[in-house]
Amino acid sequence: MAKTFTIDGKVVPFEEGETIIQAARKAGVYIPHLCYHPEFKPHGSCKLCTVKVNGWQTASCTMRAGENMVVESNTDELNSERRTLTQMLFVEGNHFCPACERSGECKLQATAYDLGMMTPHFDHFFPNRAVDASHPDWMLDFNRCILCSLCVRASRDVDSKNVFALTERGIKTKLIVNSKSGKLGDTNFSVTDKAAQVCPVGVHIRKRRGFAVPIGERRYDKAPISDLSHEAAVEVK
Amino acid sequence: MTYNLETAQNPEKLRRVAIEPVSRVEGHGKVTILLDDDNKIHQVRLHIVEFRGFERFIQGRPYWEVPVLVQRLCGICPVSHHLAAAKAMDVIVGAKKLTPTAEKMRRLMHYGQMLQSHALHFFHLSSPDLLFGFESDVGRRNIVGVINAYPEIAKQGVLLRKYGQEVIRLTSGKRVHGTGAVPGGINKSLSDDERAYLLKDAYQMITWARDAVHLAKKLHNQDPALYNSFGVFRSNFLSLVGHKGEMDLYHGNLRARDDMGNLIFDGVDYANYRTYIEEETKPWTYMKFPFIKSLGKKDGWYKVGPLARVQNCNFIDSPLAEIERRDFVDYAGNTPMHAPLAFHWTRMIEMLHSAEMIKALLQDDDIQGTELMTSGPRQTDGVGLIEAPRGTLFHHYRVNDDDVVTMANLIVSTTNNNQAMNEAVRHVARRYLHGRELTEGLLNHIEVAIRCFDPCLSCATHALGKMPLTVELVDPDGTLVHSLSRNA
Repeated sequence: MAKTFTIDGKVVPFEEGETIIQAARKAGVYIPHLCYHPEFKPHGSCKLCTVKVNGWQTASCTMRAGENMVVESNTDELNSERRTLTQMLFVEGNHFCPACERSGECKLQATAYDLGMMTPHFDHFFPNRAVDASHPDWMLDFNRCILCSLCVRASRDVDSKNVFALTERGIKTKLIVNSKSGKLGDTNFSVTDKAAQVCPVGVHIRKRRGFAVPIGERRYDKAPISDLSHEAAVEVK
Repeated sequence: MTYNLETAQNPEKLRRVAIEPVSRVEGHGKVTILLDDDNKIHQVRLHIVEFRGFERFIQGRPYWEVPVLVQRLCGICPVSHHLAAAKAMDVIVGAKKLTPTAEKMRRLMHYGQMLQSHALHFFHLSSPDLLFGFESDVGRRNIVGVINAYPEIAKQGVLLRKYGQEVIRLTSGKRVHGTGAVPGGINKSLSDDERAYLLKDAYQMITWARDAVHLAKKLHNQDPALYNSFGVFRSNFLSLVGHKGEMDLYHGNLRARDDMGNLIFDGVDYANYRTYIEEETKPWTYMKFPFIKSLGKKDGWYKVGPLARVQNCNFIDSPLAEIERRDFVDYAGNTPMHAPLAFHWTRMIEMLHSAEMIKALLQDDDIQGTELMTSGPRQTDGVGLIEAPRGTLFHHYRVNDDDVVTMANLIVSTTNNNQAMNEAVRHVARRYLHGRELTEGLLNHIEVAIRCFDPCLSCATHALGKMPLTVELVDPDGTLVHSLSRNA
C-alpha cells in the first residue's frame, strides 16, 4: 500500500524521497512553477510553487512529501500570492509580450494568464539591457530573464560547460555569460546544449526562427499551462 | 501650391484658436488658428502632438521581430506596417521572390486591411459630415446619428469592416496585431474551412462596396459646387503602381505626377527612394514634411492615398472597380482632380477593388498551398514599401551581421500627406472662417478637410467616435473671450 498525502482534498500517492511537486505531477495535479524542472535539482527561488503543508507555507519543489500531509495549493489565498509574485517578475524585466516571439510558448505569460493576472500592478523598472546576439545561431535577450537559473544548471550539470552564471546579489542579481568578453559568441555554447532547451521564458532564442508558429497553434493556445497533458512537451522546446 | 498662412508676420498681436483634439480621425492632433481683431486669419497649422519613438527603439532588436513589433505603431492599419516591415525583411533574408502561396496570402491580408480601414473611415468617421452636412446638428453628426437616419447604410458599413477584420484574422492569426507575415514568407495558409467561411460572404461585400462607391458619387453629383471646390489646392501625386501601370496596393514601382498629371518620375525601384524623396523638419510639429528632391521643398510636396492612386494608375485590374475609375476620370474631365472631398469617392473605388481582389484570391488554390517560405543570400539593407489605406508607406532598415537592427527609417502615409493637409485646412480657413465669428459648425469645416485624408495622426493610438473638443478664443491679454466645448 503506497503512502499518500492529500492536495486540496485529493489523495496523492508518493514514493519515499519524492517532493510534493513531483508526486503531484505524477498524480496529474498542477502546481504553478517557473524555476522548477523535473530533470534538475530544485532551486526553490521563484516561490510560485508555494503550498501550505498542514497550515504552513513552503516551496513544494523542495519539500519532501510525507505520509498524511494535508497540502493546500489551488486556493484563493495562495493564488493571490502567486499572482503578486508573477506581477513582480513582469515589472522587474522588460516582458513585452505583444512583440515577443515566445508569446504563446512562454511559461511566465501562460502562468500569468492561468492565475488571472490582468495588470502588472506595480511600477515597471524598465531596466536597460542589451541583447547578446554575438553567437551565429543563438541570441540572449536578457530583458526577459526571471533568474530561474535553469540555463545555469543545465550548462553546468548536463553540458559540463558552465557557460552561464548568476552574478551579484539581491535586486541586482543578473544572468551573465562566462567568457572574457562576456559574449556568448566567445564561448563553446552550442544550440544542441541542454542549456538551450530549458528557458521557461524568452531569454534563449534560436536565431531567425521568429514567429514561425502561427497564432492558434502555439503551445498555450491549445491548452492552458495548468493542463498537464502537454507538460512533457513544455520542458523541451 | 502656396505657403500662405503657414507663419504669421506678427503672431504676438493675434488671437489663438485651437481645435484640440481634432475629432473623428485616428490618433491625436490639433489645429491652431491665429486671428486678428477682425477675425481675419493670419496663420493655420495642423500639429501632430505625439512623438513616435519606434525608429529609435527597434534599434538593437533582432530583425525577425520587427514586422510584429512595428505594427504596434497603429491599431487601425497595423497590417500595413506589418507587411511593409516584412517586405523590407524579405530583402534582408534574400527572398527576392516569395512563393505564390506567401505572396497571395499577404495580398489577401492586405486587401482585408484595405477593406476594413476604408469602410471604417467612410462610414464611421466621415459619413456623418457627408450625409447630414458640415454644419448640421452636432448632436446627430456621428455614427449613432447615421444608424438612426440611414440604418441600412450604417449596417453595411459595420459588416464590411467586420468582414475585412475576419480576412485579417484568418491570414494573420488575429483581427488586430497578428503574426502572419514573416521575413521570407508567411507562417500559415488557409484551411478548407477558413476559405469557405470567407468565400460565402465575398459576393455580398462586392455588392455593398459598389453601393458605397455609388453613394460617394451621388454626393458629388448632388452638390458639385461644394464637392469640387471645398479646400481644393493643386499638388503633385505619389504612389506605387504595378509593373503594367495598374493599381497595385501591395507591390510595384514608384510613380509621381505633377498637378497637371504629367509624369515627374516613373518605374522607380523603391529601394532607391532616398534618391527621389527627402524629408524636412519644422519646429512646430513632430511630423516631418517629405518632398520630391528634384522639385525642392517649396514645390516638391505631394498627395498620397486613394486620390493619388486612382489617378496615378493606368487602370484597375478588377472589372467593377475599373468601371468606377473610368467614371471618376470622366467626371474629373480627364484632368487630375485635386478636390479633397474626392478622396472619399476614390477611397470607395479602392474598397470595391479590394473586395473584388479578396474574392479572386479566395478562388485561387494557391492560398491553400504548403510552400510558405523562401530565402537567399543575406543582405544588410532592406526597403519595403506598400500602399497603406492612407497612402504610400516606407520602411527602411539596416541589419548587422549579428542579425540586429542598426537603423530604421519610417515614412508613414500620413506624413506624406502632411503639407497637403496643412494646405487643405488653410484653404478652408480662408474660404469659410476668414472675417467671421467662429462657430462649432465653421470649425468643423477644418476637421472635414482633415478627415478627407483619413489621417492616422499618431499611428500609435486610436480612439473611435466623438472625442472631447474644446475651442477657446483668448484675447491678447489671455482673457477668455468665447468658448465652445463638447464632451466625449
